[in-house]
Amino acid sequence: MGSTSAENNGTGVGRRDLIKRSAALGLISVPTMSFLSACASGGGDDQKKAEAGEKSAKNPLAVNDGAQMEFVLFDGGFGKEYAEDAVKLYEKAFPKAKVKFAATQKIQSTLQPRFNGGNPPDLVDNSGAEQMDMGVLVGKKQLADLTPLLDAPSYDDPAKKVRDTLRPGIVEMGQFDGEPVWILYYAYTVYGNWYSQKALDSLDAEYPKTWDEMLALCEKAKKKGVAGWTYAGKYPYYIPFSMSPMIAKVGGREVLDAIDNLEPNAWKHPAVKTVFEAWYELYKKGYVLKGTPGLDHIQSQTAWAKGKALFIPNGSWVENESAKVIPADFDLAVSAPPGIDDSDKMPFGTIWASGGEPFIVPAKAANGAGGMEQLRIMLSEASSKNFTSKVKSLSAYNGGTDGIELTPGLKSGVAALELAGDNVVNPRMQDWYVQLQKEKIGVSCLGEMMAGRMTPAETIKKIQGYADEAAKDSSIKHYKHQ
Amino acid sequence: MQHGKYRFIVGFLAVPLGLYALFVIWPFIQSIYYSFTDWTGLSPEFKMVGFDNYSRMLDDDIFWKSLQHSVMFALLVPLVTLSLALFFSFMINVGGRRRRGGPAITGVRGSGFYKIVYFFPQVLSIAIVALLFQFAYNPDSGAINSLLRGIGLDSVQPLWLGDPDIALWCVMAVLVWSTVGFFVVLFSAGMASIPAELYEAALLDGANRATTFFKVTLPLLWDTVQSGWVYMGILALGAESFAVVQIMTTGPGGPDYSTTVMVLYVYQKAFRDGQAAYATTIGVALLVVTLAFAAVVMRLGRRERLEY
Repeated sequence: MGSTSAENNGTGVGRRDLIKRSAALGLISVPTMSFLSACASGGGDDQKKAEAGEKSAKNPLAVNDGAQMEFVLFDGGFGKEYAEDAVKLYEKAFPKAKVKFAATQKIQSTLQPRFNGGNPPDLVDNSGAEQMDMGVLVGKKQLADLTPLLDAPSYDDPAKKVRDTLRPGIVEMGQFDGEPVWILYYAYTVYGNWYSQKALDSLDAEYPKTWDEMLALCEKAKKKGVAGWTYAGKYPYYIPFSMSPMIAKVGGREVLDAIDNLEPNAWKHPAVKTVFEAWYELYKKGYVLKGTPGLDHIQSQTAWAKGKALFIPNGSWVENESAKVIPADFDLAVSAPPGIDDSDKMPFGTIWASGGEPFIVPAKAANGAGGMEQLRIMLSEASSKNFTSKVKSLSAYNGGTDGIELTPGLKSGVAALELAGDNVVNPRMQDWYVQLQKEKIGVSCLGEMMAGRMTPAETIKKIQGYADEAAKDSSIKHYKHQ
Repeated sequence: MQHGKYRFIVGFLAVPLGLYALFVIWPFIQSIYYSFTDWTGLSPEFKMVGFDNYSRMLDDDIFWKSLQHSVMFALLVPLVTLSLALFFSFMINVGGRRRRGGPAITGVRGSGFYKIVYFFPQVLSIAIVALLFQFAYNPDSGAINSLLRGIGLDSVQPLWLGDPDIALWCVMAVLVWSTVGFFVVLFSAGMASIPAELYEAALLDGANRATTFFKVTLPLLWDTVQSGWVYMGILALGAESFAVVQIMTTGPGGPDYSTTVMVLYVYQKAFRDGQAAYATTIGVALLVVTLAFAAVVMRLGRRERLEY
């Protein structure tokens, strides 16, 4: 999901640009809070809804062909070209309709007042550093249920519903409580251990399938002056990209579900301890690149691309994000995390993959059907291919990679997904409980452990404490796996 | 004339006061009002919840940590910045030795050059400064650790921003670096208006540099120092500290909450967690801290104004 999604996962500066930050400065201070509050009281009457159009095979969502459709896109790592192309298709289908398309990085600052005022646009790509909190939007009934879209016939094959053309996990990720689907993630990210196949070849090694092999490989690399691992030390919530599927592999999917559900003692599961201890070993044996805890995501990726470390936990956007520093003959590859031994609950290949780039249709949109129709167009094979070839990322459309040339990382991602089959896990902490996952578990626990300032046992205890606190906190909305 | 005086004054003041009330006072009242609601910031609906946000704030460990760091920012950063700035501007303007044929009171050699150099960081936006230092603090290939390696200190390779024990100091150092130049210029201007005869008299009486500074310069510059102090404290409590913490630190605010400050917490609660009402509550606390800071500085700094 391109650098865009890294914005969801990190808060550093670099590509997450500086300007946004400096603009945010202006928004801070007491007077500003009150300026914002002015928006709340400004909430007036909701805008008038467009009348439904005529339902037909070509127009299954009954879009009013004369109504204006407004689409606001997050202009991030994926750019806006793919969406503009899709808008052209919409305009072709509804020549009488006016389409208002805007691409911005400032999703929250431009749209928050409009949500408050009851006149939001019809389709929003709610992504980036200024993403609006999904849980709150859902909780406050600001989003439209996308079930009509999912049950509509797909663009390419009227016999197939849209929901049957999507990759595993996409529909579930859009649900919060129960059946309604509030979000459609358009991009598809593969998380895991990223490395240079060339570097492994030069060490005469294969990708390790067990942790013992991993440690042996790191030792081999260390003798050549190369560190085994590095990670985004300043944003340690990148570590779970590799650690969470490993926990699932060792202890089964249920362990991750229990963690997501904030169940008591979920973190005390032996699988968690095993995996934490395995990772801690990397620190103890000196296999982590020196200085890693002080590196941000860009700096760690740069060190890794320069060959200072073999592996980095990351998502498939890394190929685009670090394109400038990854050498041409790097032969980028991704693999699922190694396991411990044969007693692991899930097979090797168990990987984390999930949707990115969340699209929403506001409940109070004037032309919600138009917004959904635009999404239906984007989920066609042609649009998906266009997306993949333009931004080097998979889309939510299952398939759409035949006949286009894939970059090494993308190709390896597709292979990893094939190897995984049904063993794709999708931990939800990072979208359900942002503060808990990033700040508390990520920075204050995992980061501390991998910097050697806390033992695995202490880390688990602290995380469990935070999780229990979050479970009790009535100011946070709680979710459960279905 | 006496009769219509107040009406006359009110007539002139009504418009500016009205604007002030509308754009400054009213928002303050509004944000205090919102701190008693459960407004998320993402929908127009909210209800009153009384003091819930306040009691929650008092139980919130992260709030207390951020408060503690903000207070440290407000006390230490102005102290260090202003002391350095006073020292530099004294040396630039007064601290030089007399040179043959030159004026009796002068700065150190090359003082014009220093003045420009000190002012340099002020030209850069705080966001750029923070970004530059983020690179400098990079433990792997950053300037500081490379320098340490270069002079043979291979064993001394701190993690800087990655180490909870020193991260806050690293951040404060950046703020000091970026603001000291402004105060050097401000104090230089103040010193320029102190009559040279006073210094000459002090010199004739045999005063050394330190005595001159404490007995002549500082008392005559006191007003400037005091307003500089308030100004710097508010910077350190507000926008500047937010910028450096948000851009530079782990997390941001980490590692392990070692650098989080109140403004950052307001921002995170309002814009990340969708808890705008709670954010305004912390904002109110920040307002109290800022007002208290200004009051304390004004009170402690009250001195008789010297005429010259």
